[in-house]
Amino acid sequence: MSQPVPPQSSARDSTARATGAGRAQLSARQLWEEAWQVAQMREGRFTTLSDTPLKPLYLPADAPVEYERDLGYPGQFPYTRGVHPTMYRGRLWTMRQFAGFGTAAQTNQRFKYLLEHGQTGLSVAFDFPTLMGYDSDHEYARGEVGQVGVAISSLEDMQTLMDGIPMAEVSTSMTINGPAPILLAFYIACGERAGVDPAQLRGTVQNDILKEYQAQHAWLVDVEPALRMITDVMSHCAVKVPQWNTISISGYHIREAGSTAAQELAFTLANGMEYVRRGVAAGMSVDEFAPRLSFFFDSHLDFFEEIAKFRAARRIWARKMRNEFGAKNPRSWMLRFHTQTAGVSLTAQQPENNIVRTAVEALAAVLGGTQSLHTNSMDETLALPTEKSVKIALRTQQLLAEEHEVAHVADPLGGSYFVEAETNRLEADAERYFLEIERRGGVVPCIKAGYIQREIHRSAVAYQQAVEEGRKKVVGVNAYVEDLHAKPEIELLRIDPSVEAEQCERLARLRARRDAKKAKAALDAIRDAAKGNPNESGNNLLERFVAAAHADCTLGEIADVLRAEFGHYKEPKIL
Amino acid sequence: MNERKIRVLVAKPGLDGHDRGAKTVAAVLRDHGMEVIYTGLHQTPEMIAEAALQEDVDVVGLSILSGAHMTLFPRVRAELEKRGIGNVLLTGGGIIPAEDMQALEQGGFAKLFGPGTPTDAIATWIRQQMEKRFAAEAAPRGTR
Repeated sequence: MSQPVPPQSSARDSTARATGAGRAQLSARQLWEEAWQVAQMREGRFTTLSDTPLKPLYLPADAPVEYERDLGYPGQFPYTRGVHPTMYRGRLWTMRQFAGFGTAAQTNQRFKYLLEHGQTGLSVAFDFPTLMGYDSDHEYARGEVGQVGVAISSLEDMQTLMDGIPMAEVSTSMTINGPAPILLAFYIACGERAGVDPAQLRGTVQNDILKEYQAQHAWLVDVEPALRMITDVMSHCAVKVPQWNTISISGYHIREAGSTAAQELAFTLANGMEYVRRGVAAGMSVDEFAPRLSFFFDSHLDFFEEIAKFRAARRIWARKMRNEFGAKNPRSWMLRFHTQTAGVSLTAQQPENNIVRTAVEALAAVLGGTQSLHTNSMDETLALPTEKSVKIALRTQQLLAEEHEVAHVADPLGGSYFVEAETNRLEADAERYFLEIERRGGVVPCIKAGYIQREIHRSAVAYQQAVEEGRKKVVGVNAYVEDLHAKPEIELLRIDPSVEAEQCERLARLRARRDAKKAKAALDAIRDAAKGNPNESGNNLLERFVAAAHADCTLGEIADVLRAEFGHYKEPKIL
Repeated sequence: MNERKIRVLVAKPGLDGHDRGAKTVAAVLRDHGMEVIYTGLHQTPEMIAEAALQEDVDVVGLSILSGAHMTLFPRVRAELEKRGIGNVLLTGGGIIPAEDMQALEQGGFAKLFGPGTPTDAIATWIRQQMEKRFAAEAAPRGTR
């Protein structure tokens, strides 16, 4: 039987039940409570996706907010209602579809296709060898080249990727972490070769290594040296590439790995605060680098919980940055974020249903005030998306922006008792996690002990159990199931195995053609800077990577120096 | 009945970092009373086969979401055979297109599981397969 949560605080055995003459004295609220208590409920538990019980109705007392302090106005502290005074009337969110597969030339074609169809920013997906800092011709890369993203092993590959795309005008987001500073160096060098000053470049490099150890697992070296490279990126970009977002602090992968909404919020912001501490410890003032920090969240199935999560994220960050880190610049207080709809919510069964899931998740992101958005394609649980399905995903955003009239009012759900109560609840949940992380010595010790990884794993298993027991429904999987063996009637994108061979040949030609002495000197300079004091000027690794990119050093060669100097990361056992 | 615990190696071949499924399946198989060894991430086929040998497992389950299955899965099988343990129950899952699943199932993989498979179904299938094998081992020779 279902166990509904009682309305408000009064239990279901309310004493308010009265008859006859007494009824006339009952308040509207008492009448509602009485009606609620005798009503038949559907089977099932009424909880959020993260299994938090929900009340049947939210009233003002459930959502205590002091308006100016907790909500305020769009574009003002604490930014609960959005980071821009005009929100989407000023400018719509950036429609940024993550794309990349095969060779740089193939992905370049896909980028041009997306730009032609009205996409407004680029987002590069790399293949696993690139994400892990191996060249396409490395033994570990066999079978992986170009599979889940584009293979970029050198400046030459980056130049092919960006060929014909105006780098001074388009903003580019690169989803890469362990070797992020190296890929950013390729991008900066690529711009320089095309006559674009680094100061003109706009974009984001994910560069969020903490969540790699926690959830996504594409790391390059051990934690401390990885954090040093991140502060090198922050300090170099603050001066030379000022329009670049140096870290995209990401909850997306934490959530996709199985966390709850509250865990996604808490771990992401805890990671963000750790980067701020590191930047300050490296000698920068918080306002020098904090305005270039951006965030990246998941938009999952639970419409209201997600909207509340985005609002809570802005409020928590603003409060922490101003009150705890003493930031003075309002841009340091603002949490700007990219959103991707939830890949894990898609099903291989009845894949066309994924279009609908994605649309609702995208709407939550928009009502939550996102700055940019990726909508997943319906076929992504089967393979890489085809052009047709990518176009439907992009059109989903265009429908929201142009047809549904949802982008005219800032924070349209602000003031909803339910959404405000959820926003408060998520903020409180996150604060509890911050205390727990602090009690355990901070984010890095929590990673090394596997604490955060274990929390995420437990939530993943709990959700799986809820689905298998039927407490949570998934259409096509445990509800409205059709023949499991029916083949999906959608065409799949396949990566030609010749991509790998071509990439290897291209690299061989590059190594033969380049000035070997110059390349070696550039790698030696990296080794020296890695050994040197990171706080000394001249030892900034990003600067050395840019020089190495111009000398045609490859990703794997640079990464090998770093692995040798900094040591490998060893995953703690959590299971 | 056979009291011997089923020993399972859950492994992540290649550079793929997606381990939610592998770890969830590992936890569920453990709840079903199996002895589960999880390799951790970024394993080469050699490392996986060596772990299977050292841990003396009955079952090897591979999880992959990187698209490299057609390269890495057959290599794991070859490495197992090289070590004389090609007879372990070989299974796996991940984002694997149906045609590839068929090809791999013809190439020595007993069964592959796709997204949305209930973990209970995986545990039940492993148990049934192993019971058949244990029964065959226990049967006196020459009594076909």
